[in-house]
Amino acid sequence: MIANQQLITVKGTRDGLILKVDDHCAYQDVLNELKEKLSVNDLIEDDRLITVNLQLGNRYVTREQKDELKEVVRKSQNLVVGKVESNVITKEEAADWKKHAQVKPLVKVVRSGQVINVEGDLLLIGDVNPGGKIMASGNIFVMGSLRGIAHAGMEGDSHAVIAASFMQPTQLRIGDAISRAPDQDAEGVYMECGYLEKGKDKILIDRLQEVIKKRPDISSFERRMFNG
Amino acid sequence: MGEAIVVTSGKGGVGKTTTTANIGTALALLGKKVCLIDTDIGLRNLDVVMGLENRIIFDLVDVVQERVKTRQALVPDKRFDCLQLLPAAQTSDKSEVTPEAMKRIVAELKQEFDYILIDCPAGIEQGYKNAVAGADKAIVVTNPEKSSVRDADRIIGLLEQEDIEPPKLIVNRIRHHMVESGDMLDVDEIVSVLSIDLLGVVADDDEVIKASNSGEPVALHPNTKSSLAYRNIARRILGESVPLLSFEEKKGFMTKVKKFFGMRP
Repeated sequence: MIANQQLITVKGTRDGLILKVDDHCAYQDVLNELKEKLSVNDLIEDDRLITVNLQLGNRYVTREQKDELKEVVRKSQNLVVGKVESNVITKEEAADWKKHAQVKPLVKVVRSGQVINVEGDLLLIGDVNPGGKIMASGNIFVMGSLRGIAHAGMEGDSHAVIAASFMQPTQLRIGDAISRAPDQDAEGVYMECGYLEKGKDKILIDRLQEVIKKRPDISSFERRMFNG
Repeated sequence: MGEAIVVTSGKGGVGKTTTTANIGTALALLGKKVCLIDTDIGLRNLDVVMGLENRIIFDLVDVVQERVKTRQALVPDKRFDCLQLLPAAQTSDKSEVTPEAMKRIVAELKQEFDYILIDCPAGIEQGYKNAVAGADKAIVVTNPEKSSVRDADRIIGLLEQEDIEPPKLIVNRIRHHMVESGDMLDVDEIVSVLSIDLLGVVADDDEVIKASNSGEPVALHPNTKSSLAYRNIARRILGESVPLLSFEEKKGFMTKVKKFFGMRP
């Protein structure tokens, strides 16, 4: 370790602090310097909470290390961790990421008692019959009749939507929200889409065109980059 | 080399046994060598519907446990020489039969018969697995009721996993006046949900019950609607293309004919 070289550069912005971490040194050195740097920061007398973004550059940190870094930042009184950014992820993470980012097409009639579970978006060409269930970590698009249960955003993505050519589901689930069909014999509707209104945990169903307005980023890659 | 067809439905009481008996009879009427197998061990009915209960000496379990030869257990029909029944046992239960044993028996019977119709018990457990094991084709029977269609859907899903051709559908016990008034699911609706080929539609007919009770399958009586439906199904199984008369049309046509002859519609 070169004693005088700064491993962590602190930069102040309007949104908070950015800590640029050198990516050519050992992790332990970074941790030590971070602790040291932040202990000095106790001088700030302001009560205001400051958001800290960590930029790790080309350094790979494990989940534990990431948590450790966050913990160190949190220890000092008025700092909050925003994002921890790194240019490097593992192959598994990348593969996982890709899996979540892709649309999986499936040609099948999902019958009573059958369960389909996919990572990413599901494009089902065929029907979901009553008693059948389809689940996806992303959005669900059914080219056919949806008469069974559909669960979009399985891992908690409340931004996910469920669209179907013919919508007469027994239940719709998005993230943690569940809605069921009305008790009286409801007629199905054509070309509709279920989504979660922001801030409410109630699933709304609207014409496909309306939902496009509310979720313009439905298929964009950027959304997936930040939402997983 | 014959063909083995399993008749199944998932739900009980939709008319699997009646359908098996009548299709078997209709095929025999067309001169085919047919063997019916009742796999509903412990709750056998096919022999009763066929009127052969008093002729049973050995049964399926005897054959499975190799106490007798398959041929010895076959009960010949009283009307046709070409129709035989392999009855189920009444005293044992379904675990006495294994899918492997069924495969063996069906393969053996296929050497001799043109068609082997396997009457499947209700449910999706052991009995179903036994019945499906030896089959090449499947017929799914459903009633125009939601619960029955639901179970048919489930069974079609299970049949997809088996090594057999896509199943064909028979809609049994349809009441056209209820369909017309919208109180009963219509055939198109059922077919669109189940999305498999329709083999035939059989009307709800008092004659069927009467015939079953007297041990004479309704297919033997040529002048009932349901008999005609079963005979048409048999012809379709043989590969003929018999048009599917939707029920309203049939009724409309008959009414017209009767009107034409000045009869009471």
